[in-house]
Amino acid sequence: MLSDSDRIFTNLYGLGDRSLAGAKKRGQWDNTKALLALGRERIIEEVKASGLRGRGGAGFSTGMKWSFMPKEIDPQRPHYLVINADESEPGTCKDREIMRNDPHTLVEGAMIASFAMGAHACYIYVRGEFIAEREALQAAVDEAYAANLIGKNNSHGYPFDLYVHHGAGAYICGEETALIESLEGKKGMPRLKPPFPANVGLYGCPTTVNNVESIAVVPTILRRGAAWFAGIGRPNNAGTKLFCISGHVNTPCNIEEAMSISFRELIDAHCGGVRGGWDNLLAVIPGGSSVRCLPAHEIIDCPMDFDSLSKLGSGLGTAAVIVMDKSTDIIRAIARLSYFYKHESCGQCTPCREGTGWMWRVMQRMVEGRAQKKEIDMLFDVSKQIEGHTICALGDAAAWPVQGLITHFRDVIEQRIDQYTANPHSDPVRVAAE
Amino acid sequence: MSVRRLAENQPDSFDFTPENKAWLDKQIAKYPDGRQASAVVPALWQAQKQNNYWLPQKAIEKVAEILGMPKIRVLEVATFYTMFNLEPVGKYYIQLCGTTPCMLCGSDDLIKVLERRVGPQRKVTADGLFSWLEVECLGACCNAPMVQINDDFFEDLTPQNFEKLLDDLAAGRAVKIGSQTGRVSSEPAGKLTSLTSLYGAK
Repeated sequence: MLSDSDRIFTNLYGLGDRSLAGAKKRGQWDNTKALLALGRERIIEEVKASGLRGRGGAGFSTGMKWSFMPKEIDPQRPHYLVINADESEPGTCKDREIMRNDPHTLVEGAMIASFAMGAHACYIYVRGEFIAEREALQAAVDEAYAANLIGKNNSHGYPFDLYVHHGAGAYICGEETALIESLEGKKGMPRLKPPFPANVGLYGCPTTVNNVESIAVVPTILRRGAAWFAGIGRPNNAGTKLFCISGHVNTPCNIEEAMSISFRELIDAHCGGVRGGWDNLLAVIPGGSSVRCLPAHEIIDCPMDFDSLSKLGSGLGTAAVIVMDKSTDIIRAIARLSYFYKHESCGQCTPCREGTGWMWRVMQRMVEGRAQKKEIDMLFDVSKQIEGHTICALGDAAAWPVQGLITHFRDVIEQRIDQYTANPHSDPVRVAAE
Repeated sequence: MSVRRLAENQPDSFDFTPENKAWLDKQIAKYPDGRQASAVVPALWQAQKQNNYWLPQKAIEKVAEILGMPKIRVLEVATFYTMFNLEPVGKYYIQLCGTTPCMLCGSDDLIKVLERRVGPQRKVTADGLFSWLEVECLGACCNAPMVQINDDFFEDLTPQNFEKLLDDLAAGRAVKIGSQTGRVSSEPAGKLTSLTSLYGAK
């Protein structure tokens, strides 16, 4: 279990002073100038060496991503850092706590990351519904400006402007190119890649889009050294991680823990165990709604990290752990996610626009059992036709939960169908009396 | 995708108040020259807030005019983003999160409360106080189930404390934003399991 001295977000719950003065007491903004003095290359190397993998879901090396930005800055095409605070993945509520309770980790991280990439301006794109969070973050930004920590002529000697922007309720804007489109004032429809944002991003300029948590951990990594961060968790899965545990546990919570902690330890230590005891566990969605669910016996002693979970055919995603006990109607739980993806598809690619709706309609019938068993294979097959055939990963994200359900709970679906066919129906289809 | 259309009954005109216009000018200044279209979402949002939480056609046209955008582009944005209400809503506009994490924790029971007290979705009550809509994940899953009422989150709901919340709003009494069971944010209920060296175990 992680000790408090290794925790980065020391005001995660807002129990301490949220202001700049409080943040400074907790060690933020401590000699940031010395960190910048390391220089662009060294900072990127340190972040690479720390093994930090992107916290927004994909798990790509953050340092590597930064290194894709052009080394030379064309004055006609300024560099931008865009921070993705469009936290909308069902189950995920970690960035919210950073923004409202520990915002200076993010503000300082934004300054350092922008410096490392040669960006003088950074936009933070906050999801529209997070109004209080946006205001808290804006207050922190204002404080940093007032204290001359950021701004055109700030005390760190690197001109840097930070702007808080917001969306208006579109999950798809969490996809980086859709987010850029939205920030430019358009519908959030993902762009084809290449060109990648590092070459052609916001306003056609080189841009890097990073998750809030990825940026907010950077100052502490630089202060304590890459080796400290890399020493936590298993190889290739370094660092501390915010887990959001929701669903059927006794005390759902956000918690910063060591990567690779076992599922059992995570739940026992912080969530008071599974509701009704471990024997009552049915399934877990370990990384936000977009990953495949796992049955109890597979997840229970699995280390919670990128590689272990992807080996099981699932993923760490955003580390939003949705726990379901045996009272759960698992078909309905996944069908609700199908509705979510149907609602959130941007409509640009046919397989996703039509496929998400089709899958939801079939899933609705599966919930009742009003289906034929051969349709289970058909559903799986159609999900495979959506996966990988769209511009962005929303198609994949819609397909995976359904695939996970069929892989692990096919017997439940079949039972439901048997039940339906065996029973006389209370509401039979009416036939006209002719 | 959802099909969203403008309301049938539209006001004849819309203009920003001087305060909101000044606010909008400050927003536009956040973006590079010639990129004022970036402010379209904040502009529409402010227009919606000014207009009792819904967005009339004239407001969409006004924003297009101010930002120098074709009207159709702004209309596209207004219909794409689901937080823009294209028809009138109640004074207390309740967005109920019904996505799986909230569903697992009992949002079905909250839906029953709303159906009984407020009626079907999108329909404003006769006194104009309430209307509701089931929305997708609002990102407060560790405090499920929850609703957003206008700008504020109300978390850790049960049918009982939700009814009380609605009673209080209807009667104009002050309500507590956030957790309705006394949590500060998303810490484990009862006692802390981390950061105890800083804040004790309470």
